[in-house]
Amino acid sequence: MNFPILSSIIFIPLIGALFILVIKGEKKIVVKNSQYVAIFSSLANFFLSIFLWYSFDATTSEFQFVEEKNWIKGFVNFKLGIDGISMLFILLTTFIIPVCIFSGINSIKFKTKEFFIAILVIETLMLGVFCSLDLVVFYLFFEGGLIPMFLIIGIWGGPNRVYSAFKFFLFTLLGSVFMLIAIISIYWITGTTDVIKLLDLRIPQEFQYILWLAFFSSFAVKLPMWPFHTWLPDAHVEAPTAGSVILAAILLKMAGYGFMRFSLGLFPIASDYFTPLVFILSVIAIIYTSLVALMQDDMKKLIAYSSVAHMGFVTIGIFSLTKQGLEGSIIQMISHGLISAALFLCVGVVYDRFHSRMISSYSGLVNIMPKYAFVFMIFTLAALGLPGTSGFIGEFLILVGVFKINIFVAVMSSLGVILAAAYMLWLYKRVVFGKTSNSEVKEMTDLNKTELYIFSSLIFLIIFFGIYPEPLFNTIDSSVNNLINNYQVDLNFHLDQINN
Amino acid sequence: MQTLYFILPELFLSITIMSLLLLGVFIKKSFKLISLLTNLSLIFAIALTLNQPNEIIKIFNDSYIIDPLSIFMKVLTMLFCFFVLFSSKDYIKSNNIDKIEYPIIILASTLGMILMISSYDLIIFYLGLELQSLCLYILASFKRNDERSTEAGLKYFVLSALSSGLLLYGCSLVYGFTGSTNFEIISTNLNESNTGAVFGIVFIIVGLAFKVSAVPFHMWTPDVYEGSPTSVTSFFALVPKIAAISVFIRFMYVPFLNMFSQWQTIIVFLSIASMILGAVAAIGQTNIKRLMAYSSIGHMGYALAGLATGTNLGIQSTIIYLTIYLVMNLGAFGCIFMMKRENIYYENINDLSGLSKNHPMMALSFLIILFSLAGIPPLAGFFAKFYVFVSVVEAKMYFLAVIGLVTTVISAFYYLRIIKIIYFDKPKKPFETNYDLGLKISLIMSSILILIYFIYPSILIDTISSILIY
Repeated sequence: MNFPILSSIIFIPLIGALFILVIKGEKKIVVKNSQYVAIFSSLANFFLSIFLWYSFDATTSEFQFVEEKNWIKGFVNFKLGIDGISMLFILLTTFIIPVCIFSGINSIKFKTKEFFIAILVIETLMLGVFCSLDLVVFYLFFEGGLIPMFLIIGIWGGPNRVYSAFKFFLFTLLGSVFMLIAIISIYWITGTTDVIKLLDLRIPQEFQYILWLAFFSSFAVKLPMWPFHTWLPDAHVEAPTAGSVILAAILLKMAGYGFMRFSLGLFPIASDYFTPLVFILSVIAIIYTSLVALMQDDMKKLIAYSSVAHMGFVTIGIFSLTKQGLEGSIIQMISHGLISAALFLCVGVVYDRFHSRMISSYSGLVNIMPKYAFVFMIFTLAALGLPGTSGFIGEFLILVGVFKINIFVAVMSSLGVILAAAYMLWLYKRVVFGKTSNSEVKEMTDLNKTELYIFSSLIFLIIFFGIYPEPLFNTIDSSVNNLINNYQVDLNFHLDQINN
Repeated sequence: MQTLYFILPELFLSITIMSLLLLGVFIKKSFKLISLLTNLSLIFAIALTLNQPNEIIKIFNDSYIIDPLSIFMKVLTMLFCFFVLFSSKDYIKSNNIDKIEYPIIILASTLGMILMISSYDLIIFYLGLELQSLCLYILASFKRNDERSTEAGLKYFVLSALSSGLLLYGCSLVYGFTGSTNFEIISTNLNESNTGAVFGIVFIIVGLAFKVSAVPFHMWTPDVYEGSPTSVTSFFALVPKIAAISVFIRFMYVPFLNMFSQWQTIIVFLSIASMILGAVAAIGQTNIKRLMAYSSIGHMGYALAGLATGTNLGIQSTIIYLTIYLVMNLGAFGCIFMMKRENIYYENINDLSGLSKNHPMMALSFLIILFSLAGIPPLAGFFAKFYVFVSVVEAKMYFLAVIGLVTTVISAFYYLRIIKIIYFDKPKKPFETNYDLGLKISLIMSSILILIYFIYPSILIDTISSILIY
C-alpha cells in the first residue's frame, strides 16, 4: 500500500480549511462557497474513511497502513497507523463532523467562514489523535485540539462563554502538561517514543506508577472523571450546538482511547495497581452525576452530566480488563458519540427556535412538533440503554465484564442505569408532554428537511448497531484480544520480577 | 593583515557608522537615506559574516574568537536588527523620532553586541558590553520630549550602570584570582577551591542576568519597555537578548567550565524565579508593552532552564528557544505597531477589542503568535518549550520541568485574555490599514514561520547542532 491514505484522511479537512480561508468576495457568496467547501471536504473524508474501513484487514491485530516519516531528526518520527480500535473512532469522527457542519449551516449566523475553518481544523486534529503511533505526535494533536475548541466556545457560545472557554482551556492544559513530562521521561528511559516499539519494550516497573499518574491526570480531565469533570457542564452549556456535539461525541473519546492505548498498553503493572482507584472514581461518577443530572433545569447541563455518568461506564469497562468489558467500552463510546450528538442536536433544534435551554420553557411539544417528539423519544430511549439500541449493547457488555471482576462495582453501576432512565424519561416528560402554556412556543415549526436528514441518519445508525453490532465487533475483535494478551503477558512478567 | 580579514564584518560596520554619521551631518533631512543605507549595510554585513570560514579561529592574542556559534549569533543579531528597523519605519516617522542618529545608534549598539558575541577575553567582552549599553541608554530616552521615555532612559541608565559596575567588579575578581583575562587561561586556572573567583563568577552572572532581565534583576524591564518608544521596545525585546544569551553560553562553556556545580544552582534559581514571575505578574497588566515585558522575562526563564542543565543538548535547546522566541516577538511587536488610529499609537490591551471583525487577517496572525507564545502545539512555541523540557528531563531536573510546565499553564491565561479581547469582545473603531511594506512582510513572515514550523522541525535542530562543536 503506497498511497498515504491516513495522511490524506488527516489533512484533507485542513486543505479544505485553507481553501475557505482564501475565499473572498461578497459576503453572501463567501458564506455559500465556504459551506460547499466544508461539506464537500468533510463528506469526501467520510467516504474515504469508509473505503479505509473496507480495505481494513480485521483478522490481524497488527497496525495497518503504517506511514513513517523523518520528523524531528534522530528523536521523533512522524508515524501513523491504525488498528481495529482506532478504526472505529476514525469512522465516528468523520461521520460526526459533517453532521456538525450541517447543523452549523442552520444555526451559525455570524463569522460563518471562520466557524467552518475551526470545525475542519478540529477534524484534522482529532483524526491525528486516533492515527498517531508516536507519543509526541499524539500529544501534538491531542493538545492542538484546544485551540479551535476554545475559539468555538468563545466566539459562537452563549452569554457566559468567556468563563467557560477559559475554564475548558486551562483545566485541560493543566492536565495535559504532566503527560508531556511523562512522554519526555519515557523517551529518556526507553530511548524511543514510538508506540509500536514501546508496546514491545517493558518500561521498568518502578517508573510505571508515576508515569501512569501523569497520563491519568491528562485523560481523567479530558474524559472527564469525577472530580475533574466540572469544566464539562460549563463548556457544554455555553458552546454552540455543533461545539457541544464535537465535545461530547469526539473530544471525550480521545481520553477513553488514550486509556486503552497508552495506560493499559504501556503501564500494565500500574494499571493493575490503580484499578481500584479508577473503579471508585467511576462508581462515584456514575451515581453522583446521575443524581446531579436529575436536579438540572437546563437541558444541556442535564445531558452533560449524563455524559460524565456514561463515561464512568467506559472507564469501568476498560479497567475491568476482560474482553467483554473492553469491547463494551468501545461500543459504548461509539454509541454515546452518536446518542449524545443526537441529544445535543435535539436541544439545538428547540434552542434555535425559542432561544432557551431551560426545561421549564417548554412543555407539550408533542402537539406542536410531532416529528420532533418522535425523534427525541428514540434518542431518549437509546440514551437510557433500551435493548435494540446501541446504548444497550455497550452498557450490557460492560456490566457483564465487570461482574466477573468485582460484583460490588457491577451492582453499584447498574444503579446508574436505573438513574439514567429516571432523568432521561423525566426530561422527556417535562419537555414533550403536558400542556403548552407559552404562546410563543406554540408558533414553533417542526423539523425542517436538513434536520430530518441528520436525525434519520443518526437513528438509522443507532438502531442498526443496536440490532446488528457484528460489523463493530468484527473490526475490534482481534485488536482487543491482542491488547488483553499483551497486558496479561506483561503483567505476569512484572509480577514474576517482583516475586523474585 | 591576515587577522584583519577575519574581522571584516566588524570593520565594515564601524566604517559604515562613521561615514553615515558624516553623511547625516552634511546632508539635511537625510533620515530616509540613512535608514536605507543602514538596512543595506546590515544585509551586507550579514553576507560578510556568512562568508567567514566555518572553523574556530582565534585572533589578537587569543582575545577574539570566530567560530560557528559566534557566526550564527551574529547573523541572528543583525538579521533581527534589520527586521526591527524594517518593521518600525512608520512608527518612527509618525512619532517624530526620525532623526539621523536613530539608525546610526542602533547600528552602533549592534556592533557592540557583535563584539560581545565574539569576545574571548574579559576586556574585549566588557568593551562590547559598554558600547551596546551606552547606545541602549540613548535609545530608551530617544523621544526626549516625552516624560515617560526620558524616565525610562534614566532608569535604565542608573540600573544598568550599577549592573555594569558589578560585572566589572566580578571581572576584576576573576582576573585577580586566576591571573588572566583570557577565557582559556581562566578556565585552566579555575577550580572549586578558588573562593575568590567564585565570588567573581557570581558578580558576572548577576551582570549578565540583568542584561537578559532574569528575576530578581528584572526591575527595569517593565518600566523601560513601557516608557521607551515602541520601536525601541521591540529592539530591546529582541536583539540584546541574543548577545546576552550567547555570552552566557560562552562563559559557561569556556572560562567557567570547571565550576559547573557552582553556577548551576544560581542559574536554576534565576530560571525558576523568572518563569514564575513572568507568568504571575503579567496577569494584571493592561498595557500591552508592559505585558510583553513580563512575557519576555518568563521566556528568558525557559531559555535559562536549558542553560541550567549544562549539557550540550541543553545549550542547543536554549539557542533553539531563543531563535523561536525572536520570531514570535517580532510578530507580536508587528501587531503592536499596527494599533494605530489617526497617527496615534494605542498601547492598551482593550484597544484590541473586536479586532477580528475589523481586521480578520491581523487578528488571525496575532492569534497564531499568541498561542505560540503560550506554547500550544502544533505551533513553533510548543517546540521551543519541548526541546527545553527534553534537555531538562534528560538532566533529571524534574523539579525545574514541573515548575516550567505549571507556569506555562498560568501564562497561557494572559495570552488567552488577549485572544479573548480580540475575538470575543465587541468591536471598537477600526485601526488604520495603510501599513508600510516592511511591517507587513515581517508580520506575515513570522506568523507563517510559526505556523508551518511543525512540518519540518529538523531544520533548526540541524543548524544548531552543527554550530556547537565543542
